[in-house]
Amino acid sequence: MQVLHHIGKYLILVWIVLQRPENASIYRRQIINEMDKLGLNSLGIVAIVSVFMGAVVTIQTAFNTDHPMLPIYAVGFATRQSIILEFSPTVISLILAGKVGSQIASEIGTMRVTEQIDALEIMGVNAAGYLILPKVIAAMIINPVLIIISMFLGIFGGYLACFITGVEPLSNFLYGILFEFSQFDVLYAIIKTVVFAFIITTVSGYFGFYTKGGALEVGRSSTTAVVVSSIFIIIFNLILTQILLV
Amino acid sequence: MIRTENIYKSFHDTPVLKDVSLVFKKGQTNLIIGQSGSGKTVLMKCLVGLLNADAGNIFYDDRNFSAMRFRQRKVIRKELGMLFQGSALFDSMTVEENIMFPLDMFTTMTRKEKQKRAQFCLDRVNLHNVEHLLPAELSGGMKKRVAIARAISNKPKYLFCDEPNSGLDPPTAILIDKLISEITRELNITTVVNTHDMNSVMEIGDFVAYIYKGQLWWTGDRHTILHTSNAELNSFVYATELMRTIKSEDH
Repeated sequence: MQVLHHIGKYLILVWIVLQRPENASIYRRQIINEMDKLGLNSLGIVAIVSVFMGAVVTIQTAFNTDHPMLPIYAVGFATRQSIILEFSPTVISLILAGKVGSQIASEIGTMRVTEQIDALEIMGVNAAGYLILPKVIAAMIINPVLIIISMFLGIFGGYLACFITGVEPLSNFLYGILFEFSQFDVLYAIIKTVVFAFIITTVSGYFGFYTKGGALEVGRSSTTAVVVSSIFIIIFNLILTQILLV
Repeated sequence: MIRTENIYKSFHDTPVLKDVSLVFKKGQTNLIIGQSGSGKTVLMKCLVGLLNADAGNIFYDDRNFSAMRFRQRKVIRKELGMLFQGSALFDSMTVEENIMFPLDMFTTMTRKEKQKRAQFCLDRVNLHNVEHLLPAELSGGMKKRVAIARAISNKPKYLFCDEPNSGLDPPTAILIDKLISEITRELNITTVVNTHDMNSVMEIGDFVAYIYKGQLWWTGDRHTILHTSNAELNSFVYATELMRTIKSEDH
């Protein structure tokens, strides 16, 4: 029953968030700020994780597919597909759920416990819309950009691994990377990322917005937001994969 | 004018407000007083719509706020200003941005006009050269004054103050009280102040409503409150040594 209560309350919040803004120009300014705060500030962690994960995926694939019957493009091909289809959209989104999700929940939660949200509501501002909608739009725009950067850096990481360790000839790796490339795979990754961005921002916004109590509860909301966002990402990953790829 | 009619509010079957009917007149500072847990904050939250009363009506100049839907309430909310106990200034905005926020949201004023209005409000609360500071860089008293400036920036018809001088030293508390009273008269607005501070009552209490265990127990003003025969109110008013001394000197 508690779960149903939360789902209902979450859906009502999403409905309120998607209401027409009071002043569009303020929201536009907020969206730009949020793109910087949520997206560009995450570029560093996305870059580091992508390069190293790309390198690890390449090395592991090379060691586990060392068989004369396997084609020469196997390592490059497997690395590319792993990174584009799963690693960049899903794993990076999970990392963003941790970084961005906790940031959103703690920011909004702090505003709740310090009565800043009450102040917005008394002024006649749609507090949920003002605080959450710019984050939702910003993340849905900037996260796909981060994910595309992550794809390039992941593959670059694999290339570096081949170059440094010699685990796979560079020419074979590059051949595999280009082998039967399908643009739909990238589109699929972007669709997933947009859905995940919506989940991260709205779920974290929900837990922040309904924080009750003080500093301790803000921390609890932040942790719950990350856990629940991550679970939703995993569930929707399965659903979207089934819908889009099968 | 704000009028409440038979307000009831409970939390988990615990009654907090019982049949509270009050009239807060325009142009005067109306105080709601009572001990901690008496229900005065809940009453104020019902007045501004942060909580919905279980029964009863709240009228803003004969407009029934309780019967309104969310969108209809927005019209009245734009006419409200509120000073919160903790000031509730937006942390990420400068003082000037905080004061300009209601204007940004609800007016078509140009940036220059908004800045001029913000400066006027800051001057009115006697704050100078703070417009580019963040709330974290201000003292408690300055935060309260900025919050008052923000509350009056959009020319409200109704001003609510929740424990406006809590956590302030006595001279600053009196300054804030006087500021609220002066602004009420200057702008001819309806002001409702929630307090348990007898200094505030004696300084600015044009109308005083005493809430006791969720019920309206007594109404009067700062002059009559000292001479009441109401036992519960007397125990509240003369709880401090200072007030007892004043009483004995009076006699």
